[in-house]
Amino acid sequence: MADHPVVVFENVSKVYRVGEISIPALKGISLRIPGRRFSMILGPSGSGKTTLLNMVGCLDQPTDGRIEICGEKVGEISDDKISEFRAKNIGFIFQNFNLIPVLSALENIEYPLTLLKMNPSEQRERGMEMLESVGLAGHARHRPNQLSGGQKQRVAIARALVKGPSLVLADEPTANLDSKTGASIIDLMYRVQEQYGATFIFSTHDPQLISHAQDVFSILDGELIEHRSED
Amino acid sequence: MATLIVAARNITRNSRRSLMTISAIAVGTMALLLFGEFVSQIFVTLETQNVVRSGHIALFREGYYQYGAGNPAAYGIRDYRSIIRLIAEDPVLKPMINVVTPTITLFGIAGNFNAEASKTIVGLGVVPTDYNKMHHWDEHHLKLASSAADKPLNEKNDNHGFIGAGLARILGYCEALKLGNCPKRPGVGRQIVLSGSGGNKRDFSSLEEEVKRTNPSTKKEMAPRLDLLAATANGAPNVVNFYVDKAIKQGVKEYDDSLVIMNFTLAQQLLYGRGEKKAVSIVVQLHRTEDIPAARARIKKLIAEKGLKLETRDLMELQPFYKQAVGMFVAIFTFISIVMAVIVLFTVVNTMSMSVMERTHEIGTLRAMGVKRRGITIQFVFEGMLLGLIGATIGIIVGSIAGVLVNHAGLTWHPPGQAYSTPFLVRTKGVGRLLFDIWIGLGCMATLAAWIPAYRAARIKIVDALGHI
Repeated sequence: MADHPVVVFENVSKVYRVGEISIPALKGISLRIPGRRFSMILGPSGSGKTTLLNMVGCLDQPTDGRIEICGEKVGEISDDKISEFRAKNIGFIFQNFNLIPVLSALENIEYPLTLLKMNPSEQRERGMEMLESVGLAGHARHRPNQLSGGQKQRVAIARALVKGPSLVLADEPTANLDSKTGASIIDLMYRVQEQYGATFIFSTHDPQLISHAQDVFSILDGELIEHRSED
Repeated sequence: MATLIVAARNITRNSRRSLMTISAIAVGTMALLLFGEFVSQIFVTLETQNVVRSGHIALFREGYYQYGAGNPAAYGIRDYRSIIRLIAEDPVLKPMINVVTPTITLFGIAGNFNAEASKTIVGLGVVPTDYNKMHHWDEHHLKLASSAADKPLNEKNDNHGFIGAGLARILGYCEALKLGNCPKRPGVGRQIVLSGSGGNKRDFSSLEEEVKRTNPSTKKEMAPRLDLLAATANGAPNVVNFYVDKAIKQGVKEYDDSLVIMNFTLAQQLLYGRGEKKAVSIVVQLHRTEDIPAARARIKKLIAEKGLKLETRDLMELQPFYKQAVGMFVAIFTFISIVMAVIVLFTVVNTMSMSVMERTHEIGTLRAMGVKRRGITIQFVFEGMLLGLIGATIGIIVGSIAGVLVNHAGLTWHPPGQAYSTPFLVRTKGVGRLLFDIWIGLGCMATLAAWIPAYRAARIKIVDALGHI
C-alpha cells in the first residue's frame, strides 16, 4: 500500500534558453510519487529525467507549474530556506559518487550532520553507525582516493541516509560500477530503504535496478508517458 | 570549525600552487617588514638626533618663530628664569621633563685675525650642563655617536665652545683643530677679510690688540681663538672672544660653515651687551617623545594662567627637515605597501579562481547537500585567509631573521643631512606594532582577494555546477 505522496508535480514545465533559442525540457508534467517506496524515472538520454530529478531535489526551479516536496511548496521559498530544506529532507546519491576528496569516509558521512548543527559526539556516533551499516566500518579514516568505486558509492549512500531524510534521490547510481558491484549496491539500497523507511527515487537505465522498482515513471521528450505501480 | 578544517585541507590539494601563493605573500611580507624596520630605524635616529639638539618643545616670545630671525635681540624673554622654574617645578610636567633650559640664537660674524678670515655665523648659546645632559637623551637606546659624549661642552669657561668643521676650515683652524680633508688654502688671504677694505681690517686688528692688552692671560690659552661680532639689542656692534674646543662636522654644508655653539652667558653678553640679559627661547626636553602633546598642552595652560605672551613649538615645527623626512618615508612605505597589497590581491585572486574552477563540481555537491551560498563563500574566504596568514607568518619569521642578519652584516650608509656614515641598521626591537600591522594587513588583503572568487563560486547555479566537467 503506497504512503502519502512525497512529491507532487502539477503542470510543471521547464524551458532552457540558449541565446534566443528555447529548449523545452519538461512539458506540463503532473505526477505524484508515493512515500517510503522505490520509484524509478525511466527514459532515454535527453528525455528530461535528470531535469525532473533536479526539480524533485529542489536544485532547479520550474519555468511554470507547482511543485510540492514533503508537503512544502518549494517554488515559493528563498534560496537559504530551500538549502535548509534540502539539508534536512533530501539525500543525494550521484553517479560519480561526489565525495569530498579532503574528507575521510567517516567525515564525508558526518558532513550533512554538521549542516544540521548536531553535536560532534552524536555526529561521530551516527556516522560510525551508518558506516557499519554499509559494511565499511574498517574504512572510516580512508580518503575517497583510497576507496574502490563500490566503496565510494557505499559511503555516498551512507552520507545520503545519515540524516534520516524523507527523500533520497539517486541519479544513475550504478552507472559507473561493474555489474557485480552494482548488484551489491542495489541490494544495499533496498535494504537501507526498508531499514530507514526513506523514499528512494532513481533515474536509471540499469535493468537490475528497474527490477526492484515499485513505481516506474517513463518520460519521453519532456512528457510523462507512463506510470506503472506494483500496486 | 568544520569549515576551517576543510579549508585547511583544501589548500593542500594543489600543494604546488598553494606553495607558490604562500611564497609570493611571504616574500611581499618580508620585503615590507624589512623596509618598515629600516624606515622605523630612520625615524628613531632622526628623532634622537633632533631631540638632543633642539629638545621636544620650545617657548618663544610671540612672533619670534615667524619674524624673530631678523632681530632675535628684540624678541628676548625677559623673565626666563621664573618661567623655567614654573615649568620645571610644575607637578604635572615634572615627571615628563628631562631638561628645561634657556637658549639664545644669534647671527653675527666670526673672525680669525691671524688668518685674515671672517665669516657670518649662526650662534647658539646654551647652558653647558643642560646641553651635555640633552645630548645623552636616548629614549630608543640607539647609542648614537654624540659630540657631548665624545667631548662635552666646557662647563667651566664661559668663552669656550664648539664650531662647525666648515667654519673652522674657512677661518684657518684646520691644523689647530686637527681637521681632516683640509686642502691647502689658495693665496687669497687678504681678500678674505671682513669687507675687503684695508680700513676695516685695521679696525678689526685694533680690536684684537685691545683684547690682548686688556686680557694678558689669553696668550696662555691653547685653544684657537675667534672674535665674534654681533649687533646688540640697541643696534650697536659688540665683540667677544671665543675659544674653540672642538670642530663638529655638520651634515648640511651651510650649517657646517656657520655654526658656533657657545656658552649661554657669552651669547647673552654678545647679544645684549650691558643691557638686560634675556633668553631667546626656552627649550624643554622630555623623557619620552610621546609626551609632547600632554606636555605642550600643560605648558600652554601654565603660560595662559600667568598671562605670558609666549608661544610654543614642538619638535615637528622646530625641525621641518625631520617632519619632511618622516612624511617622505611614510609616503614611500605607503606606496610599497600598496604595491605589495596589489601583488597579494592578484596572487590570491588567481589561486582562488583556479581553485573555484577546479572544484565547481564539488561546489554543486555541497550546495545540493544543503550548504548555503554563504557557506560556500565562507569556505573559500577561509582558504584565502589561511593562505594569506600562513604566507604572512612565514614572511614575518624570515623577515625578522633577515633583519637580525642585516644588523650583523656591518653595512654602513650615508644618510642625507648627516655628517658621518652610520651603520645600516633595521629596527628589530619595539616594532611589534609594525609586525602586527603587516601580518594582519596582508592577511586581510588575502581574505578580501579570496572573497571575489568565493562570491562568484557561491552564485553558480547548482545544476550547472553539478554538470561541470
